[in-house]
Formats: sequence, C-alpha cells, structure tokens
Amino acid sequence: MQILSKTNFNFIKWRWHAIALSAVIIIAGVGTIVMQPGGLKLGIEFSGGTELLLRFEQPVSEDAVRGALASIQGEKSVQRYGAAADNMVLVRLPQLLQVETGQTLDDGAESVLQLLRQANIGAFTPDRTDIVGPAIGADLRSKGIWATITALAGIMIYIALRFRFTFAVGAIVATLHDVVICLIFLNWFGYELSLNIIAALLAMTGYSVNDTIVVFDRVRENTRTMRKDNLEPLVNTSVNQTLSRTVITAGTTFLAVAGLYLYGGEALEGFAFTLLVGIISGTYSTVFIAAAIALVLTKPTAPTQSGAARARAKGKS
Amino acid sequence: MYKNLRWKVIAIVAVAALAIRRVYPPQDRLKLGLDLQGGIQLVMRVNTEEALTYETETTAAQLQESLSTAGVTTSSVRPSNLTTFVVEGVAPDKDAQFRQLAQDQVGLTFDRESGVGGSYTFRMKPNVDVDRRREAVAQAIQTIDRRVNELGVSEPIVAPYGNDGNQIVVYLPGVSDIPRAKEMIGKTALLELKMVEQGPAPDQATLLAATGGAVPPDMEIIPGLSSSAVGQPATPSFYLVRRLAAVTGNDLRTARATVDTFNQPAVSFTLNSQAASRFGEITGTSIGRQLAIILDGRVESAPVIEGRISNEGQITGTFTQAEVTDLSMVLRSGALPASLTPQYENSVGPSLGQDSIDAGVQASIAGLILVALFMVFYYKLAGFNAVITITLNLMVLLGFMAYLGAVMTLPGIAGFILTIGMGVDSNVLIFERIREELANGKGPRQAVAAGFDRVFVTILDTHIASLIAAAFLFQFGTGPIRGFATTLFFGLISNVFTAVFASRTLFELSLSRKPGAAKLSI
Repeated sequence: MQILSKTNFNFIKWRWHAIALSAVIIIAGVGTIVMQPGGLKLGIEFSGGTELLLRFEQPVSEDAVRGALASIQGEKSVQRYGAAADNMVLVRLPQLLQVETGQTLDDGAESVLQLLRQANIGAFTPDRTDIVGPAIGADLRSKGIWATITALAGIMIYIALRFRFTFAVGAIVATLHDVVICLIFLNWFGYELSLNIIAALLAMTGYSVNDTIVVFDRVRENTRTMRKDNLEPLVNTSVNQTLSRTVITAGTTFLAVAGLYLYGGEALEGFAFTLLVGIISGTYSTVFIAAAIALVLTKPTAPTQSGAARARAKGKS
Repeated sequence: MYKNLRWKVIAIVAVAALAIRRVYPPQDRLKLGLDLQGGIQLVMRVNTEEALTYETETTAAQLQESLSTAGVTTSSVRPSNLTTFVVEGVAPDKDAQFRQLAQDQVGLTFDRESGVGGSYTFRMKPNVDVDRRREAVAQAIQTIDRRVNELGVSEPIVAPYGNDGNQIVVYLPGVSDIPRAKEMIGKTALLELKMVEQGPAPDQATLLAATGGAVPPDMEIIPGLSSSAVGQPATPSFYLVRRLAAVTGNDLRTARATVDTFNQPAVSFTLNSQAASRFGEITGTSIGRQLAIILDGRVESAPVIEGRISNEGQITGTFTQAEVTDLSMVLRSGALPASLTPQYENSVGPSLGQDSIDAGVQASIAGLILVALFMVFYYKLAGFNAVITITLNLMVLLGFMAYLGAVMTLPGIAGFILTIGMGVDSNVLIFERIREELANGKGPRQAVAAGFDRVFVTILDTHIASLIAAAFLFQFGTGPIRGFATTLFFGLISNVFTAVFASRTLFELSLSRKPGAAKLSI
C-alpha cells in the first residue's frame, strides 16, 4: 500500500497564500494575548502563589468550596480537576498571603485547609501542593526563558553551519512560526504556560526542525542531479519527494500523541495538546513556510552550494 | 554475502540483554520523580546574615573580655551592623597596647579603621564574609541531611540550589507525612542551657525591678511559659538569664525520648566529656538556683538545680510523645547555623503519583500499539522490522535511565512518546527511500543499501539538531524540563543505533536467507 507516491503538487505556487494565512492567525492570536488582561496566562511556577489539589471523598460542588473560602482576601480560583468521578478540586491563590519571610510561606495553603475543614463539606486530602515564592517564581521564569532561547539558538547555529544561510533563515522563521502558533492555540484553548508546556514547546521545536532538515537535506542532495540555476522547481521537487515521509511521520506521531492527550490524564493533557498543535503546524510550516522563505531570500542568480554539501558531493563522486 | 552479519546480530542481542538486565526488576531499578511517587520538594534560603551577626557579636564579646583582662579600658565595644563593630573611648596611653591586642585577636578576620578620640571601627574582611556565608550553607546542608536520614527517607537529596549561593533544595521522595517533614527540616533546634538570674515574672517590668529597670550588659531576657501545677494552663512568663550559655546543643553527645518523674514525655540528653566537666562545675556551685533550658530562643523549662549534674540532663515541658521523638531527633542532628526562609514548596500525595504513572504508561502503550498497527499495515514485513527496532529503542533507553540513575518524571514519560516518534520517523525515512529506490528499478539489495546510505546523513542532521536542543534544555532547565531532556537525549542516541544499525541488520538478515529474492516486503 502506498499513499502520496510520485506526487507533483506545486507547493511553491501557494507560498504567498500560506504566508498570508499564517500572518492572519498570528496577528489575531497575538492580538488576543495582548488585549486580554494580564497577557499570556502563566502557570503557578512562573506566576508565583499557592495551588492546592484537593481530593474529596464525596462529590462536592465548586460553589461549596468557593463559599468556604470566601473569607480569604484577594483573587482566587476554584475549579474542578480531572474526571468528575475523581472529586478533585484545584484551588489557586495567585499571590502569597504573606510576604516571603520567616515560616509564613504556607500560610495561604494552611488557611485554605483550615477553612475547608471548618466548613464541613466533606472529608478531603490535599493531593498536591505547590507554593511558589516570588524569588523562585522569577528564577524559574528566567530559567524557562533561557532554556528556550539557548536551545533554539543551538539548533539554528547547527542548521546555519550545515546548510546555506538563506535556508537556515527559512528554518528559523518556520520554527519561530510554530512556537508562536502553539502559544496562540494554548491561549485560545485556555492552557497556562507551565514548565511542562515549555518542555512540550521545545519538543515540538525539535520535531519541526527535524521536518525542515529532511526537506533541506533532499534539496542539498538534488542540487547534485538537477539544474541549480532555477531553485523553484528544485525545492518543489524536494518537498514532493519527501511528502509521503512528512505525512506518514506526522500521522503516526499524531496518533501516539493523541493517545497521550486522550488517556494521559490531566497532568499530561496540556503537554500533549501542545505537541498536537505543534505537529500540525510543524508539518504545515515545513511544506509551505520554510522552503518558501528560503526561496524568497535566495537570489535566483546565486546558486552557490554550502561548503558542507560541496565537500560531501566531492567525497561521494 | 553480508560481512560480519553474525557479529552484528550478536551485538544487537547483547545490547538488548544488557538493557534488560539493567532495568529488571523495574520497580527497583528505575528512580521515580516527585510527580510520580509522591513526596516533597522544598527550596529554602539560608539566612546567612545571621551567621555573620553571630561571628561579629562573638568576636566583639571576646575582644572586650581580653581587653578588660589586660586592663585596657574602653567606654564601649558594640556591633554596629552585620559585619562591623565599633570600639570607643580607648585611653590614649593604652592605644599601642590596644592595637597590638586587637591585631593578635581579630587581625585575621577583621580590618581595623581608626577614628577620632580613640574610636576604632572593625570591619569583617570580605573573604571572611564570603567564607562564613558559605560555611553556614554547607553546615545547614549537613544538618538537614542528618535530619532527613533520621526521618528514614530513602534516597533524599539535600543540595545547594540556584546561583545566589544561599539557597538549598531538599527532595524527599516518598514521604507521606509532609507537615512533619517540614517541621523537622525547618526547626533551628538551638539548645542553650543558661543560669537564671531573675524570674519567672509575668512581664518584663516586674522582672527588671530588682536590677533597676535595665538589663545588665551580660544578661538578657528570654520569654517562656510557666505552669505552676500539672493540668493548669500555662501562662506567658519572662526570665532574666546570663548571656553566656553554660551548655549548648553543640556539647551534646546524644539525645533520646524518655519520660520525666511525672511520667510526662521528655527528652534526656548526655553531654560530651569536655562539656560535662564544665557543667559539673557550674551546677556544683549553683545548687538551689534555676537553670533555664532554652530551645530556639524560648524557655521550655527552668528546673531548680538540686545537686551537681555532670553529664546528663533532661528537657521537660509540655510536650507530646511525638514532639519529644522529633525533638530528640533534631537535637541529635545538631542545630542549624541560621534560620531558613522557605521559598518554594511542592508536595505530591502518593495516590496522585500512582494515577499519573498509570495514565502515562497506559497512554504510552496505547500510542505504541496504534503506531505498530499502522506500520505493519503500511509497510508489511518491513513494518515488523520497525516495531522491533522501536521496541528495542525503548528498552535501551530504559537501560540508560537505570544505569545513570536518571529520574523518571511525568515529562520523562512524554519524552518516551517522543522517542517513539523519532524512531518511527527514522524508519519511515528509510523505508520511503528504499521504496523510491525500488521504484527507480534497483534490486532489493541495492535498494536497501542505497536507502540506508542516503538517509543516514539526514538522520544524523536531525538527531544532532535535537541533541543540541536536549543538551541546552538540560543545562538551563529545571526539574520537569530536565527529566524530559534526559529522556530525549538518550532516546535520540539509542535511536541512531536501533533505527540505523539494528534495522539494517534485520533487513540484511532477511535478505541473506533468500538470496534470490526479487521482491522486498515493504
């Protein structure tokens, strides 16, 4: 059985449409994030505060929990967590009740537990407690940002070394495109940016770059057998030649991650969601964005090979 | 036909066997992170400035003592902030002697600056400042380490955290009594035995009536509780005690939970020999007076000395049985050099961790089965090849994790899924290329050889790019990101081995059994 064998779609013809579509999504999405109060929603480890996951023995309504906590000052959120049968409730106090001094870090958590016990709305156990002081919140934020930037930069430098410069730019733009698209969809679907999500974003980045490299490798290989003075058909052929691989890999990875999304539990849901969006966006950007940008930037009259490709071509022949 | 085919097969089987040996039995060999097995993670700041204050105060007090012994009169010696103390009113005729004495006594740790009218400012040398802070953090780590060992936590981690040099991270995997663990770690547990000069009194004014309303320079006021009779509610009270402690927690040889003469829970302690002789002397000359037993700046009890005590004592008060057990534990571990400010706490109950494992493992297996079905359906016999190499990849990855003692976390499980994805990708790349070569009219052998050769470069490129990302993630990431990066890193390495080397060997094995085969099941 074989799907997509010997295809000859003219992807390059559609490059301006693709770039326009991406631009619309990005402008709309970034617009939403900028307009909404507080910007991108951050998870507890970045924003700081107290988060308690409570497992009740009997079903309990969110309103009952909210009512019991009415005396706690400031913004707070109470929401159901996981399947309804688990009777789990997530309570979040966005800021610490006390300044970060002495032994008062867990004051917020302690008062939540105390108030709920007094309210007599059923027995419960705290299943998970996260208390993030401002110093650690800032520390985790900067570490998350640094991890992302350095990992991206590392990949970019490698691509720039291995392929011609304009292609590296294409790969960089495609990858940044995917990161932004993922952030936009996370925001639209109400997921918070947490450490786990950052890990997923970077996994997605690796995946997207992977896809792009496969196509670029093919372009490099084809420069040995095809006319080099007209890049457009060269790139288009390469995209078509690798298309069945792109689709099958994306499809199978999508299947595996969909399993994670559906059955992986609440804790992995956001992670899997990021990967699902990333796989779709990564495949799309490989086919439409990466090569298109590389083409737009490459002057048609300057068909120079990269040093690496030249060296390898020499070694093989 | 194919060179060294036998050795290649043996190498693959050996790697698989080694991996299984490392991982089996998995519940003992694979370390689980906090999110999977429950427990607590704390980040705390050591208030190192307290260690500096202590150093400055002690140095000032010792210098004052030496000066008065040597007959060098001064109007005052007092600490002015964390790292400086000021000596004022040194008599002009004693100036040379003062300088000499100060040089001998504190010259190594403090810089001296001269002021007007026989006043001097002593400033802690910058390297001493740094050293004392570092020592305080190191000592706090040692003390907490001893305490968590007393708690019986398996594989705890107590380590420096962050770049500021004054933070500590404590991981206690598998701990279920989280409030108790926090209490045990955070308690300063500074035990001091000081002679009572006045008290107890219900307020400070009454206490100071006998000394003319002021605290004498060598004394201090410590709050406490006094219960006149058993069963009566305790009332707040104050004691005037000598500043210099007769015995401190450092002098203890051991401490254990016991009961007092009223059968109430208490902690008994034994002093080391040096402290015992000193203590014997003090108590021998102070029969009938009160001795305050002070824990973390609060008087727990102030028994009357009824006879000479040398090496044993008892801390009594209003304790529960659990409290004396924990108190004796922290006393055995020693006091913290400075108090701790909690900055981060993450605790996970054991049931939540188990839920996450179940869900994560189920999802991984479901994903693997779906992918396997597709591969076999789409690539026929070659699809089995892919399933075998991907499974081998996961086994080798688990082996790596067990061998390195890497911690499995929730994102780590996701890293496994991604490893499956990478394995599939490599196989698909190769198979598609083989199909292409077959379509171009090559025979099975040539097509397989060309497929693997051509795709190898692509696989190297994609894997190196991802390895770079994983390395940076590990370097700059924290907890969950690191777990993910570790899994990804070793998954990528083992994937090159399984998807390229093992897969090719499998192809060659099947081709060598059918030398004349004109078709490849792909």
